[in-house]
Amino acid sequence: MDFSGSDTELGPADEDLLPDSAAAAVKVVIVGGFGVGKTTLVGSVSEIRPLTTEETMTQAGAEVDDLAGIERKSETTVAMDFGRISISDELVLYLFGTPGQERFWFLWNGLFEGALGAVVLVDTRRLEISFDVIGRLEDRGVPFVVAANAFPDSPACPDEELRLALDLPPEVPIVACDARVRESGRDVLLALMHYLYDLAGPPPAR
Amino acid sequence: MSTTGRDWGDEAPERFYVITRGHPQPAGRAALDLVTLIVARAEPTPSMPPEHAAILRLCGSPLSVAEISAYLRLPVSAVTLLLADLVAEERVEARASVPAALLPDRALLEAVMHGLQRL
Repeated sequence: MDFSGSDTELGPADEDLLPDSAAAAVKVVIVGGFGVGKTTLVGSVSEIRPLTTEETMTQAGAEVDDLAGIERKSETTVAMDFGRISISDELVLYLFGTPGQERFWFLWNGLFEGALGAVVLVDTRRLEISFDVIGRLEDRGVPFVVAANAFPDSPACPDEELRLALDLPPEVPIVACDARVRESGRDVLLALMHYLYDLAGPPPAR
Repeated sequence: MSTTGRDWGDEAPERFYVITRGHPQPAGRAALDLVTLIVARAEPTPSMPPEHAAILRLCGSPLSVAEISAYLRLPVSAVTLLLADLVAEERVEARASVPAALLPDRALLEAVMHGLQRL
């Protein structure tokens, strides 16, 4: 195989190998519009350089050509960047960043199935691209938190304004973040875990 | 059915995994998730398809289906089909993702929070 002169990776670097004790993995999906910082967020918390995986999808067109009586089909390639965090010697967390404006990502086999939850990453200057995502997550019952990525020229946007603008239920957490900063990205994930923990119900009675 | 080795108590949900090997139902798409961890259990041989050999070489240590797809530059659906063969031939072990039915699980979430706090 000739992969010379490219950055093609033939496999994980030695320091990126998981221990053989790694027994199970969980995943979190990060959704957001183009350029909102998904890959930046994945990269800032991932222990490996983010990788990209692709899937080709065929979807029956929404419109049927009555004259021909044929349903149009479209084929799209959807790419996802993802990263990894070793939680323990046995448990691994994967983060998948996927474009929010894509109507195809819900067709991605298994992307949301079994996911712990989702982070909706928003740019407060362009909230409208998040509406569709949030509606779809709610429809599918995927728990999520909203993270507002701080861009240098983002207008100050109080949480309650954001909640109103996105029509979020009161219980959905909103966190401000800087996707470039590891600790900030980690705190977004922790906010999601705390929210999921609350959703899991009250602690067992003693 | 023997219960040997099935001591998965509530305290350690991160130990949950399923060896899909030997399951009678198709070990295809349903069994293999993006984050199912794959570990080689055989050496590549010259007679096997090159994609199979490539997967076996990659998976000396556990690697998720998504990572295999990224490194081999193959769509996830293609990798899943290749892996289904390898699982059926018992050349790889598939350590399934934590089943969705168990979610949300407080102990699992605690484990994840603990891990994140060390970042």
